[in-house]
This record gives sequence, structure tokens and C-alpha cells, in this order.
Amino acid sequence: MSDQITFTIDGVSIKGKPGQTILQAADEAGIYIPRLCYHPELAPHGSCRVCTVLVNGKPQAACTQPISEGMTVENDTPELKEHRCNIIDMLFIEGNHFCMFCEKSGNCELQAVAYRLGILAPKFSYLFPKKDVDATHPDIFLDLNRCILCGRCVEASKNVDGKGAFEFVGRSIEKKIAVNAEANLKDTNLAVTDKAADVCPVGTINKKRTAFAVPIGKRLYDKKPIGSEIEERKK
Amino acid sequence: MAKPKIATTSLAGCFGCHMSLLDIDERILKLIELVDFDKSPVDDIKEFTGRCAVGLIEGGCANEDNVHVLQEFRKHCDILVAVGDCAIMGDIPAMRNNIPLKECLDEAYLNGPSTYNPEKIIPNDKELPLCLNRVYPCHEVVKIDYSLPGCPPNADILWQALVALLTNKPLELPYELIKYD
Repeated sequence: MSDQITFTIDGVSIKGKPGQTILQAADEAGIYIPRLCYHPELAPHGSCRVCTVLVNGKPQAACTQPISEGMTVENDTPELKEHRCNIIDMLFIEGNHFCMFCEKSGNCELQAVAYRLGILAPKFSYLFPKKDVDATHPDIFLDLNRCILCGRCVEASKNVDGKGAFEFVGRSIEKKIAVNAEANLKDTNLAVTDKAADVCPVGTINKKRTAFAVPIGKRLYDKKPIGSEIEERKK
Repeated sequence: MAKPKIATTSLAGCFGCHMSLLDIDERILKLIELVDFDKSPVDDIKEFTGRCAVGLIEGGCANEDNVHVLQEFRKHCDILVAVGDCAIMGDIPAMRNNIPLKECLDEAYLNGPSTYNPEKIIPNDKELPLCLNRVYPCHEVVKIDYSLPGCPPNADILWQALVALLTNKPLELPYELIKYD
């Protein structure tokens, strides 16, 4: 078996290694495919569908689909951009995303992908759902208003920290993150040093006494769009 | 040729977006060369005097008067722009949206820790506009043509958008100007 796989993304020839996903190979080649639930240190969840690309004409999640010899991948097309904007719009209207007082603002991946896609306002009507906030833990608080159900905390707590402090409960629009305890976050064995406390892309899992440390203008996505660190790898 | 007219209003907002408009600094002199102000808190004109090219809406709809003013703007303006997060999504006022209105009023007028209201009166004078059951983003009430996010949108995005709209240029906003906070 060859140790190199050649395929194309938007007509550009890419070389990847066997076993890599489209997203991993694209990242290495300096091509940014927008994504949300994917985290490079966690097993891909494939749930947000923002990284959907067309593989030989069929939609696939780039974070879970392995590369294969000669495949053609379409990434940067008007149709896929519209699809991605629709997903981001729905995530905004399905939660209560009050960016103006959120401590994650400027470092938030949901917000950053929306900025990068040029979204000025969601096109759908806001649902204003009632969601819970759990501030019982001494070092961490949980704000489900901002949760996008990416599953990173579930995966990190289960398979990196070996604790299983978080789990999905409910289905469809009722689906949410729950803590694995009789009552509240303080009753779990979650620690502030856990991976699970570090991987939230939005302002749902927050470390107490760390907010607003970086001034506006110096935050992660204030000046440079998300993904530009990947595009800088392009030779 | 007469200058085009713009109108502005603050519905359920904090006037921060208007302050941001004033924050265009010396460009405000250029703005006055470009446009005349019609109904607006800037010149304190209360009723529309004619057709406007652009209407800038700050704030969402929290009461029946907000809805009425917004509908008047839609009637009189060629282009309606939702300015700021309150107009776009309701924002801070919309934090009451998943709490029943009665509970909000009770908390404000009866149960608040610093409330002194021995007669237990919740204001209901007919001169006061009725509170809506929740705060409605502007686009749920009338057709909105453009949205400029931010809390407030910074002066540069307001300036660039206004100039583009008034000079019939496409609205192309650089990355740094699109912010939701």
C-alpha cells in the first residue's frame, strides 16, 4: 500500500497519508474547511455538519470521511457556503447567544465562523428557549444558553479525562448536555484542569475568575479570521 | 437636487448605537453634506415630513409604541437598516423572553429587593404603551433590508454602510468591522 494518497480539493492536488480524514489532510495542506464540533485532539463527532464537503459529488463530513486515491472534494463553493451559513444561523437562533456580555466573545468559535462567513444577522426567527445555568462548581460554571451540542466536553471527559462528567440527554430540539451526577456540576468529579473544561468552542463551559482577561482588539479572532492559522501553512 | 433624507430611532435600545453614530467624529460634517435628517432624536423631529432614503433602527420591539414607530419607518423609508444587536435579536431587553411578562412586572414593581410600593401598583395608565409578551427583533415585525451587528456597531461600520447605501455602492464590509459585541 502506498504511503501517500493524492486527491483534489477545489481542483487543487493534495497529498495525504493513509488513514487521514479529509479535514486532517486539508489542514496539513493549508486549506481551511470551516468546522465547529471538530477538535484536533479529540475523536471526530461529525455532528455539526459545518465541515460538509462534496466528495465525488456527494455530501460528506470532512472530519469523519477518510481520504482515498483520486477523490474529488469540493469545499469553497457558493452552495456549501450557503449550507454552512444556514447551520450557523440555526445554532444562533436555537440558543440564547448574547455575545455582548459573553466572556467567550472574541474567542468563540461559533462567533468566529459566523464572522468568517460574513453573517450579519441570522435569517431565521429566534426561539428564545429557556435554558439552565449551573454555577455550583467552585471553579467552573455551565451556561447551557450558549451550548451548540458539539459533544467535545462529552468526548473529552469520557475518553481523555476518563470521568464521563458530561452526557447528552433528550432528543431533537430537547437534546442537551447533562452532568453525570444526582444534582449539579459540583456533584461530579470534574476538575478545572480536565481536558473537558478546556475544549468548549463557545461560552458554555467557563472557568471562573478568568473572564475578560484579554482586552477587545487582542482576542483570538478580533483581527484575523478563524482558519487563517491553517491557511498560513500553505506554501 | 435635494439631498436624500435619513431617519433614525431608538426603540427598545439604550441609545448606544446613536452614540456610536456620533462617534464618526469629523466625518459627521461629510454626513451632513450627504444627507438631511428627517424624523430622528438627532434633530428632535417627531413626525416624518416626507419620504426617506434610509431608516436606521436601533432597538427591538418591547412595547406597542415600538411596533407602531417601526411600522411608520417601514412606510416612509426606502431602505430599513437594523442597527445593533437589539434591533437584530432583541438583546439585553430580550433576556426577559423566556420569563412570563407577569413575573417580570411583579419582580420590577412588587418583589424587587429595593422596591417601595405599599399600594402594590403595577403601572397601567392608558398613556403608557403596553408591554408586549416578549421582545421582538425588528425583522419579525417588518421587512428589514440590512443588518449591522454590534453592541454597539462601531462608528466605521455605520459610516461605511451609510455611505455605500447613499451612493448606491455595494455594501462590502471588511472582516474587522463585523462584530457581535
